[in-house]
Amino acid sequence: MKASNNDFSIHVATVNGSGSQTANTTLMRAVFQMGVPVSGKNLFPSNIAGLPTWFTIRVSERGYLARTRRNDVLVAMNPETSVEDIASMGPGSILLLNEGVPAPKIPGDRVVYKVPFNKLVEPLVPDAKLRKLVVNMIYVGVVSHLLGIDFEEVDHALTAQLGRKPKALDMNRAAVKLGAEYATEHLKPAPFRVERRNKTADKVLIEGNQAGALGALFGGVTFLSWYPITPSSSLAESLQGYLERYRRDPKTGEATFAVVQAEDEIAAIGMVLGASWTGARAMTTTSGPGLSLMTEFTGFAYYAEIPAVIWDIQRVGPSTGLPTRTSQADLLSTAFMSHGDTKHIILLPATVEDCYTFGMRAFDLAERFQTPVFVLSDLDIGMNTWMSDPFQYPDKPWDRGKILTAEDLAKTAKFERYRDLDGDGIPYRTLPGTDHPLAGYFTRGSGHDEQALYTENPDTYKRVMDRLAAKYETARVAVPPPVIDRTKGAEIGILGFGSSHWAILEARDRLAADGLTTSYLLLKALPFTKEVKSFLESMKVIYVVEQNRDAQMKALLTMEYPELATKLRSILHYDGLPIDAQSIVDQVQEREREGVLSR
Amino acid sequence: MTPEKRAPEQSANGNKNRIGLTVADYRGAKSTLCPGCGHDAITGSIIQAAFEAGIEPHRVAKLSGIGCSSKTPAYFLSRSHGFNAVHGRMPSIATGVSVANRSLTLLGVSGDGDTASIGLGQFLHLVRRNVPLLYIVENNGVYGLTKGQFSATADVGSKAKSGRVNELMPIDVCALAIELGCGFVARSFSGDPKQLRPILKAALSHRGTAVVDVISPCVTFNNHEGSTKSYLNVKEHDAPLHDIFFIPRYENIEVDYAPGESREVTLHDGSRITLKKLGEDYDPGDALRALETIHHGRQEDKFVTGLLYVDPDKEPFEQDLKLVETPLASLPLEKVRPPKEVLDEVMSGLMTGKA
Repeated sequence: MKASNNDFSIHVATVNGSGSQTANTTLMRAVFQMGVPVSGKNLFPSNIAGLPTWFTIRVSERGYLARTRRNDVLVAMNPETSVEDIASMGPGSILLLNEGVPAPKIPGDRVVYKVPFNKLVEPLVPDAKLRKLVVNMIYVGVVSHLLGIDFEEVDHALTAQLGRKPKALDMNRAAVKLGAEYATEHLKPAPFRVERRNKTADKVLIEGNQAGALGALFGGVTFLSWYPITPSSSLAESLQGYLERYRRDPKTGEATFAVVQAEDEIAAIGMVLGASWTGARAMTTTSGPGLSLMTEFTGFAYYAEIPAVIWDIQRVGPSTGLPTRTSQADLLSTAFMSHGDTKHIILLPATVEDCYTFGMRAFDLAERFQTPVFVLSDLDIGMNTWMSDPFQYPDKPWDRGKILTAEDLAKTAKFERYRDLDGDGIPYRTLPGTDHPLAGYFTRGSGHDEQALYTENPDTYKRVMDRLAAKYETARVAVPPPVIDRTKGAEIGILGFGSSHWAILEARDRLAADGLTTSYLLLKALPFTKEVKSFLESMKVIYVVEQNRDAQMKALLTMEYPELATKLRSILHYDGLPIDAQSIVDQVQEREREGVLSR
Repeated sequence: MTPEKRAPEQSANGNKNRIGLTVADYRGAKSTLCPGCGHDAITGSIIQAAFEAGIEPHRVAKLSGIGCSSKTPAYFLSRSHGFNAVHGRMPSIATGVSVANRSLTLLGVSGDGDTASIGLGQFLHLVRRNVPLLYIVENNGVYGLTKGQFSATADVGSKAKSGRVNELMPIDVCALAIELGCGFVARSFSGDPKQLRPILKAALSHRGTAVVDVISPCVTFNNHEGSTKSYLNVKEHDAPLHDIFFIPRYENIEVDYAPGESREVTLHDGSRITLKKLGEDYDPGDALRALETIHHGRQEDKFVTGLLYVDPDKEPFEQDLKLVETPLASLPLEKVRPPKEVLDEVMSGLMTGKA
């Protein structure tokens, strides 16, 4: 497929810490303001400054927001990577090179522009340190001219970001102008361009972590404890920002929230459990290694039945792995996290809108089921920029679950913390400070009976464990159901979750264009709801798409539905880069060919 | 009237305290520890201290980690909520509880293994944050539940039941707490309730983390000859700094001592601690002196007990967080869900990209 107007991607190669973010955001926002859907993906190293970094802006009139392997425009600013960057570009692509960067021999079917960025910036910015930052804004001017990005929109986007810093704004404006003037004078227009459309009206651009923070804010979070770790830190910091702004009394300075930066992830989850047990809406955010550290307390919370909301922004593991790359490989270990028999409720956001709604819903589920609820996002959703419809204000109050107050206790003869009175596996709890002689109980991770008293009695242990299993069954009808898109006559199903969603949408269109229609189930949570089973039953073959090596979702489905397991086939992607549509198309087509041969 | 002759705060109602409860209302389940365990004596002191202080049981959260000591919250204040956490992690639970409901009184019980080994990190950070909590370390220098391994507070030269001698430097939780600015640090002995009870009552009145390290001999694994934390050895080497008396805020008792014979510390809630001089004049407001005293005590094989350090005015954690007066746990939805206009404002910012 060739690049065409409103369907191409721009790949910008710079050095980490060079301030290219403002430049890239400006380009992305300007395209967005021209009414053409965009997405932005940041491919960055685990480093503060100095290592190579890339930013990809995908312009897609059809609204495809997934990563694409095909780059159509390269902005090569980084001499360290320019040879490889240039070599990766295909026929018909546009290469905008910082004059003097090392380059291989470039075939004649590429459009090459050389711009003396460093020479241009010198007279504009006398300070050498500042120059490094401003030079990026020159390529904004050049690219905008070449690709027909409206300068008025560029200026809007720039002003929105730097409006509060007039000096910086002026200098950056001048740099954009300089780039544009240079391009007008020296460079011929590119073979494909951005054309105005009306497909982004009323849409927002947002990162998933920011969306999750908004969800928590409107979900009524009162306690956040966390330990800094990429790629989850931006969720905690974004939430802290919103809380400071909207939940602290401007007059008295008093806060209706607490944010505690813990000494490690064990303490972070411990504080969440203490706060939740006491009645706060408490959450933590973490990634990879931090999640591993939370394991013991997770088992405790499951067994002692304490609500907790745990956001895991997945990165590549095991161990430190690739801290700044994306993955869906925490699924299996989270589903059963802890020693002993445990199974957990997991929410799987596929969109920034999911991050927002799950940010609220996770609290409701955690308090309703008195158990840890995980939100398994990933770096791709969490830290990249996505276009979305604006979020809706919640139309329901919160659900605080089964809490008995002193008034409730006054009407009852006894209170037993772990007695299943309603037949749904969910007992009632009281909060510390409840002024009634019956209210107190003793929470423990050791064996306990219905009255929360210590016991090692075999029958009682089994009874409690069976009730916990029953509670998990109740959760099946409470968690968000999958979203199913059935195509009439399609016998091939695709099952996906999380950030794979966007690549799957695009892949389905391409497969259909090649004559293979599919039905699609987008899974939103564990435990599996009944819709999952009926979808699997109704399909001849189901491709389970996931971003991990060991086919973890397929393993969970196989455990749950062994009788349907032979229908499942894996589409895997686990190199740390976000999954793209072509990878899915290629694998499905190859497997289908094999399937046809063997049939 | 001197405090030691004064009847406890139960005088008016016979065996009832100022809120009308009897001592039985502060008891808990029957202990399952070894008969004669120092921890049970501490439990007795906790019950008596809470009763005498007239604490409302429903306002107390009892917290612990794992180990013999951590079982004890089940043996007192059965009307209170209790939280027996995982090993070494009671401080993080306490932090969450305290922040979620600042009106609760937190009473934590830990052991030397739970605090000085697996939980040392969390313990130090708790102290550093000054989370309001009475943190009792029931310190016997040995792992009881796992049958007699040394803990990190075992003294150099102390002999285990197996015959092994500890050569490693003990971790002194009081010295660490003082170093991190803890506003209330005391050491006592389970066998000296006369000293321990006023310390506990004072610690419960302190606004911030109060660390009370109580030497509590293990009758089963660490009470033999050669053990420094046997009953006999602790009794012989107990070196109290002063006699301690506690006068609660709601009592107006004047204590008459000759000038220079005693010191008085007023806590934030108006209650007072009177320290009657025993040997030399000890100033518990001097952190360096306290550390020096602990070091000298160790060199001389003495257990220096009493109120080692106190700073009643240190800012507690909830003040650092600038929390509203209402406990976070009781805030209604309208206080914690911003109105629709806020979402509209944020969404419109995301449409235009305005920072």
